[in-house]
Amino acid sequence: MKRSHEPIFWSLFGAGGVLSALIAPVLIFITGIIAPIGIWMPPEALDYPRVLGFAQHWFGKLLILAVISLFLFHAVHRIYHGLHDLGVHAGTGAMIAAYGSALAGTLITAYLLLAVGF
Amino acid sequence: MADGRTIEIEVLRYNPEKDAEPHFQSFQVPFSHDTSVLQGLQYIKDRLDGSLTFRWSCRMAICGSCGKMVNGRPELSCHTFLRDYYPGKVRIEPLSNFPIVRDLVIDQSDFLKKLESVKPYIIPREDKDVKDGEHLQTPRQMQQYYQYSQCINCLLCYAACPQYGLKPEFTGPAALALLHRYNADSRDRGWEERAELLNAEQGVWGCTLVGYCSEVCPKHVDPAHAINQNKVNSTMDYFGVRKFLMPRGGA
Amino acid sequence: MAQAKTYVRPMAGWWRRNPYFVRYMIREGSSVFLAIYTVILLVGLYRLTQGQAAWAGWLAAMTRPISLLFHWVALITVGYHAYTWWKVAPKTAPDLRFGGRPLPEMIITVGGLAATLGASVLIYVIVRWL
Repeated sequence: MKRSHEPIFWSLFGAGGVLSALIAPVLIFITGIIAPIGIWMPPEALDYPRVLGFAQHWFGKLLILAVISLFLFHAVHRIYHGLHDLGVHAGTGAMIAAYGSALAGTLITAYLLLAVGF
Repeated sequence: MADGRTIEIEVLRYNPEKDAEPHFQSFQVPFSHDTSVLQGLQYIKDRLDGSLTFRWSCRMAICGSCGKMVNGRPELSCHTFLRDYYPGKVRIEPLSNFPIVRDLVIDQSDFLKKLESVKPYIIPREDKDVKDGEHLQTPRQMQQYYQYSQCINCLLCYAACPQYGLKPEFTGPAALALLHRYNADSRDRGWEERAELLNAEQGVWGCTLVGYCSEVCPKHVDPAHAINQNKVNSTMDYFGVRKFLMPRGGA
Repeated sequence: MAQAKTYVRPMAGWWRRNPYFVRYMIREGSSVFLAIYTVILLVGLYRLTQGQAAWAGWLAAMTRPISLLFHWVALITVGYHAYTWWKVAPKTAPDLRFGGRPLPEMIITVGGLAATLGASVLIYVIVRWL
C-alpha cells in the first residue's frame, strides 16, 4: 500500500487555515470594505508611502509572503478536494494545476517583494 | 400500544428478483408516545406486509443491527421514536453508501473487510506467557482508549460519511476509530504494523473532516477525533519525527 | 458468497439532501473566496511595485460596487471558515486528559475564536493608528 504524500499538502493547508482563521476576516474587512468606504478607517491608512514602507521592511515582507502563500496553499487544497466532493474526477493534472498555481503565486510574491525594494 | 393516532411510514422497497430500481411504499401505522421506528416497521411486517425485510435484534441500542436512514438521517431505528415525526411522515431507507440487498437490508461485507484490515487485536508490548499473568493496565491508561472501544459496529458513521460513499476504498470512520483504539491501548505496540494502512490514501487521508460521523454515532465514539488526531501522527511519521515526539510508540 | 444483484444508489446531489452537508459545502466553498481575495492582494502588491499611480488605481478599484459586494460576501464566507476552523480544531488534538477527564473541546474552540478576535483588534489598531 502506497504511503500518501498528503502530509505535505495537509501541513500547508493547516498552516494557511490557522493564519486565515486568525486574520483573513479582518484583512478583508479593512482592505475591501472600511478603507475603500472610509468608515472607521481613513483611506489615507492605505496610502502609497505607508504601504510601500511596510512592504519594504523585512517584517512586512515576511508577513505579506506568509499571508499570500499560505492563504493560497490552504485554498487550493480545499478546492482540489472539493472537486472530488462535487463528483468531478480530478486527477494528477488537476493536482498539478492546483498546487502549482499556489507555488506560482508564492514565487511571484517573493519576486515582487524583492522588486519593491528595501 | 396505540392511542388512536396513526402516522404515515414511507419505506424504500427493493426486490432484487423483480425490481430494476427501488421505490417507495407508504403505510399507515398506529402508534403511541413510546413507539419506536423499529416497532413501526415490525407492525408493518406483522400486520400489513409480511414481505418487508429489515435487520434488528436487541431493541435497546446495543447490538448495532437496526441502523436505517430516517428522514435522511442515519439512526438506530430502535432508538428513534415515531412521536418525534408526527404529524409529518417518516421516510425510512436503508443506510446510505451501501449496496441494497433487499428492502432495508444493506450489504455490509465491505465493512467487515475494513475491520479486518486494521488488525483489531492487541499486538502485545510485553512478551508474556499466559502463566505469567495478565498485561496490567491502570484505569488512567484504559481511559486513553475507552471511548473508542465502545463502537457497536452499527454503520451509522459509514452512512454519514460522504467520502466513503464517493470512494468506497476509504477504510472509514468505525474501522479507523478501532485502529486508534488499539494504538492507544498501553498493552499494544502495533503502531508500526498498522502504519501502512493508516498512512495510505485509504487510511486517515481519505477523510475531509465533514464530521457527520461523530454527530450520528449513538455511542459517542467520536471517530472524527480518532481519525484527525492521527493525521497529525501520520504527518509526524511522514517527516520522521514521530519517534522523537512519541518514543513509546503509542497514539 | 453468491448474492442476488444489489442496487447501488447514485451519489449525485448527496450534499443537497442534508443541511449538515450543505453547511460543509459552504465551509469548503469559502476557499474560493479566500483564493480570489488573495489574488486581489497579489495584484495589489504588483501595483505597489509599479508606483504611486498604479497603487492609487488599485485602491480606486476597491471602491467599485462589484468589489464591495465581493468583499462583503468574502467576509461572511471566510468568517464562516474561521468559525468552523476553531470548531473542528479539537478533532486534530491528541486525547489529552487532565485528572482522568478529557479536555473539553470548547476550550480549544473558544481559545481560537478569542485569538481571532484579539488578532483582528490588534491589526485594526495597527493599521488605524500606528
